[in-house]
Amino acid sequence: MAECGASGSGSSGDSLDKSITLPPDEIFRNLENAKRFAIDIGGSLTKLAYYSTVQHKVARVRSFDYSGKDAEQDHEPPYEVSVQEEVTARLHFVKFENTYIEACLDFIKDHLVSTETKVIQATGGGAYRFKDLIEEKLQLRVDKEDVMTCLIKGCNFVLKNIPHEAFVYQKDSDPEFRFQTNHPNIFPYLLVNIGSGVSIVKVETEDRFEWVGGSSIGGGTFWGLGALLTKTKKFDELLHLASKGQHRNVDMLVQDIYGGAHQTLGLGGSLIASSFGKSAMADREFSKEDMAKSLLHMISNDIGQLACLYARLHGLDRVYFGGFFIRGHPVTMRTITYSINFFSKGEVQALFLRHEGYLGAIGAFLKGAEQDNPNQYSWGENYAGSSGLMSSSPELCPTQRARSGTFDLLEMDRLERPLVNLPLLLDPSSYVPDTVDLTDDAPARKYWLTCFEEALDGVVKRAVASQPGSADAAERAEKFRQKYWGKLQTLRHQPFAYGTLTVRSLLDTREHCLNEFNFPDPYSKVKQKENGVALKCFPRVIRCLDALGWEERQLALVKGLLAGNVFDWGAKAVSDVLESDPQFGFEEAKMKLQERPWLVDSYSKWLQRLKGPPHKCALIFADNSGVDVILGVFPFVRELLSRGTEVILACNSGPALNDVTYCESLIVAERIAAMDPVIHSALREERLLLTQTGSSSPCLDLSRLDKGLAVLVRERGADLVVIEGMGRAVHTNYHAALRCESLKLAVIKNSWLAERLGGRLFSVIFKYEVPAK
Amino acid sequence: MLKLVGGGGGQHWACSVAGTGLGGKEAAFEVARPGDQREAGCGGPGWGSSGIPDSAPGAGMLPAGAAGRARGGQSTEERGEPVGEGEERRARHPPAPALRLLNRKPQGGSEEIKTPENDLQRGRLNRGPRAAAPAPGMGDRGGRPEHSATHAPGAPADTGAAAVNGLLHNGFHPPPVQPPRLCNRGPAGSGEAAPPRLPLLPELQPQPPPPQHDSPAKKCRLRRRMDSGRKNRPPFPWFGMDIGGTLVKLVYFEPKDITAEEEQEEVENLKSIRKYLTSNTAYGKTGIRDVHLELKNLTMCGRKGNLHFIRFPSCAMHRFIQMGSEKNFSSLHTTLCATGGGAFKFEKDFRMIADLQLHKLDELDCLIQGLLYVDSVGFNGKPECYYFENPTNPELCQKKPYCLDNPYPMLLVNMGSGVSILAVYSKDNYKRVTGTSLGGGTFLGLCCLLTGCETFEEALEMAAKGDSTNVDKLVKDIYGGDYERFGLQGSAVASSFGNMMSKEKRDSISKEDLARATLVTITNNIGSIARMCALNENIDRVVFVGNFLRINMVSMKLLAYAMDFWSKGQLKALFLEHEGYFGAVGALLELFKMTDDQ
Repeated sequence: MAECGASGSGSSGDSLDKSITLPPDEIFRNLENAKRFAIDIGGSLTKLAYYSTVQHKVARVRSFDYSGKDAEQDHEPPYEVSVQEEVTARLHFVKFENTYIEACLDFIKDHLVSTETKVIQATGGGAYRFKDLIEEKLQLRVDKEDVMTCLIKGCNFVLKNIPHEAFVYQKDSDPEFRFQTNHPNIFPYLLVNIGSGVSIVKVETEDRFEWVGGSSIGGGTFWGLGALLTKTKKFDELLHLASKGQHRNVDMLVQDIYGGAHQTLGLGGSLIASSFGKSAMADREFSKEDMAKSLLHMISNDIGQLACLYARLHGLDRVYFGGFFIRGHPVTMRTITYSINFFSKGEVQALFLRHEGYLGAIGAFLKGAEQDNPNQYSWGENYAGSSGLMSSSPELCPTQRARSGTFDLLEMDRLERPLVNLPLLLDPSSYVPDTVDLTDDAPARKYWLTCFEEALDGVVKRAVASQPGSADAAERAEKFRQKYWGKLQTLRHQPFAYGTLTVRSLLDTREHCLNEFNFPDPYSKVKQKENGVALKCFPRVIRCLDALGWEERQLALVKGLLAGNVFDWGAKAVSDVLESDPQFGFEEAKMKLQERPWLVDSYSKWLQRLKGPPHKCALIFADNSGVDVILGVFPFVRELLSRGTEVILACNSGPALNDVTYCESLIVAERIAAMDPVIHSALREERLLLTQTGSSSPCLDLSRLDKGLAVLVRERGADLVVIEGMGRAVHTNYHAALRCESLKLAVIKNSWLAERLGGRLFSVIFKYEVPAK
Repeated sequence: MLKLVGGGGGQHWACSVAGTGLGGKEAAFEVARPGDQREAGCGGPGWGSSGIPDSAPGAGMLPAGAAGRARGGQSTEERGEPVGEGEERRARHPPAPALRLLNRKPQGGSEEIKTPENDLQRGRLNRGPRAAAPAPGMGDRGGRPEHSATHAPGAPADTGAAAVNGLLHNGFHPPPVQPPRLCNRGPAGSGEAAPPRLPLLPELQPQPPPPQHDSPAKKCRLRRRMDSGRKNRPPFPWFGMDIGGTLVKLVYFEPKDITAEEEQEEVENLKSIRKYLTSNTAYGKTGIRDVHLELKNLTMCGRKGNLHFIRFPSCAMHRFIQMGSEKNFSSLHTTLCATGGGAFKFEKDFRMIADLQLHKLDELDCLIQGLLYVDSVGFNGKPECYYFENPTNPELCQKKPYCLDNPYPMLLVNMGSGVSILAVYSKDNYKRVTGTSLGGGTFLGLCCLLTGCETFEEALEMAAKGDSTNVDKLVKDIYGGDYERFGLQGSAVASSFGNMMSKEKRDSISKEDLARATLVTITNNIGSIARMCALNENIDRVVFVGNFLRINMVSMKLLAYAMDFWSKGQLKALFLEHEGYFGAVGALLELFKMTDDQ
């Protein structure tokens, strides 16, 4: 149905208000399977939430029955790959202007298939106004939900499930948005909701919150008073006026009273002594812009001051701001931030939320879905289906606005399993997975965006090739190209659109877009072939290794790990080689490797450590399929096992590039066990455990890992973490501090990055770290 | 004489204030604090006459007793002030200014002892130690004898020591015991029954100091100083000025005790200033004398007279300076004490145009000193401070006097063009907590823009007739009733001017409603910030002053309501009759102090 969604203005478009510029089926996606609705109707915007199931293709691997077959037989794939339909849960959130509400309800009615839906949760001030309309159009009973309860539920939800949800706004930095890594404990916090009035709520736990205060001077005051003063009707236009005005023409400043730039009462001369203080002088005309600006300052300062007073009274330093006054308006975020900094002297942080506009709808939805326990799951933002931050802000992105109208979307996928922190993180609250923040680092951002743009053709080609039997593969691949290209362009102009921009987020976005167009695993065939080839080499590699002396073997094992890691289709330098030279193999890869001393080389320390007592349990995050996992990781695992170390081998839950997935790792391990008694007995005795990471990313976020993995790590008392590959050990986690020993190794398969790190292509990172006692 | 002690409270306090902040030489006297003495002298009679020992001066009995009645009446309405607060105030009270002033006198020559003033003080001297004696009675105040054990021993001992020291060091009398401030609050009659003050004027015997090697200008100034009565007194005219963002507040002390001789010597333009100011109630187009605020029969710095309260818009400042130049004000060689931002802004103009040297003063210092002073002298026998009883019930809400004897700690909210909020812990220990730019200037500014009005009076008049609920969005407008989840009443304002988001409502709204909504919005916001500050600072008395409250009953009642309602009765909003003039009074007090310093 994704195809349908993108097929342009269908017949359904006729039923909608003409002013809707986009085909509604691109907005109300997956409506056919929509089950549960919630609506949040604010003063000007309506937010619709619904739960739907998405049917999409997944690549499944299944082991052949090898009993009685000769494993050495040539040209035989090691396992079967099939594409299956899978149903996953997704939350859709759509934001549109209230003027479209009737047309939108009509559209929903026409497309609603599910009959089990009887109720719609409604919140927001407008829920009262539109109650009858909703009931009539949708034939659903409207259940009104408390506004603040919904808001807070929504806030807790996004803070827990969306990394980089919260940000601070810094006027003069580029970009202005500074995202915060999610604190493992989000409570307590202060939520200041600036709607028409201001509500200040202290949130202590998931279910406990308290209205601590409020103010009647809020967005409604800005709008109402602004409209009276300037004869400008629309809120956005008022803000626009304000952004052009000079408040000092209207406000009485300290220097107006004291003369010059005199410092008094410890206050600077340019501070406002009296808002609108100059407008009492008759026979003067004031421009609309100046009055709007003065009004904006007055209201923002006032709210900031009250927020500080409440924060101080309750001993809180995190204050989240929301409400339509803030929503997507850099102007108000700037003035509120200024005010908070001024009044708290930097002690309180003004935080804003990327999905602030959806909090009420999310909360209302969660209220309605309580029997499904949505809070027990982890959810992930789907970058493919979500509009970026500020996508509809005319101030920041005029072209974008024209393109997407005033619609804004958020989609969240329900993840199979709950995600938690790796228990071995030294300090979960300060852990930042990504090594380079591309929002900060303009040259790096330019490089990587270009890099991903250039690689797009190859990815499209690979996607088409992965589905030879599909008639529409080329068409879908083209749509994927457009979508991802569009995302990259958005990110060029708004690097902050999806939180902190990182190589990881670029990779993840690509994966989400591929999935969106039903290319669940473009590398499945490549991986299948490579696994087959590598498996055949396995016995020989083991024989060679076993023939070496202990110390030589240790180095060979590490080199094997590194050489295996060269086989990375995600790296253009490598994929070019692999495309052009099908014979390129393990030994060739070893030749490519940098000689010791490596770029980062703590091998000697590692060797020294190996001479000591064995580790209790090693947690290994594997990278690529084929040579990497089979000829690199497994021999290394085998050695650890022989030393008496238990091993947890963690692979991705879902496919990403040619990374080995958990399912593939099971088959690979089974095949290796058939050839190797060490692995065989370790598997049987559960000294070697295969597990999934919970991720489908080529990178690794140690704060969002499968709960089962965390349990295993704890149970087995893992005391060594091995992270392999560029995506997991360099783009992410390079600086990750763990409570146990760790080994981060990777081959730099990107010359730009190598140069940045002071090395060359195929430089080696071998970083062995022991935590300070 | 005896009557005088009771009735003339104000004048001595005036002297004592004039001496504030003098140097450390007087350290020996610091133990005797006016606060102690006040309590020693009046606390007994005021609070529990039954406990007054025989040594209690009969002098204090009559008026103090009257005050006691007044106070007794009040105390049923007020929350009783815990006795413990007395101690706190003493502990924090700054050194006794009265003592310091006195201490300076010997420089003038021994014959000064003979002056009637000193006679008075001698009379007081006798009272000083005796006055201390009743202090143990303090313990009986409010019928809490357990406190006497802790307080009583300290207070009289201190006072006594001070008195002894005073005599030992310079042969002078210790300061006059501060008559109970309560006396001023007593029935109006007690104030008016104090004519005997007049004959006591010591100013009539100016002591000519020998100015030997001084410049002609200085000689002139010294001579003029003598004109005003005596050494250590600034020459007339006595002004205090507070030049704010919107209004200039001017206090003028009109001496009423001018002798014929003095009158004859009074230079012409000084006389004309006096006549001009006192015979008019309006000056030019915009200057106004608040006659109803005039403090009559006040003794300041030893002179008796009336304190006048005058205001004019700050935009008329240049005209004022021009006038000062034309009237050759500088020839009077007076020092012009000024506070407020304008003191800085116009300093150069004063100097260049009018040849006047401004003495610039910190506006918050002035505000606090002025407030304490005016409260201490009372409002012509009536109390200066008041509150609203039953603030949450419009039917029963009414103005009631409040005794600000133990003012600390207080949150002082000064509402001028903008708003400053101070936490005041003692006479000279305070901090500016915060401020807001949404103040009187905002109210007037917005009203002018929204309604086309031009003056504060006009704006208030309109506001009085309007209904803000047409303009504001109430909780019930959004939720159909109370917002129970948060315990908000339907009648609470959810969004100020929120209804004005709708064009239809904008088109149908009246100017009066807009003015009222502006007033309510600004007032509630100040109340809200003040309340949060009070909570954060842990202070439960909030004193609202400033000209935003002038003729503004709507705001005062709203503030009283807001403090009471949102704090569930924990906070009390207090107001003062001379709401906007304390800065100017404080500036005038500085004039006395600096003269004394010279």
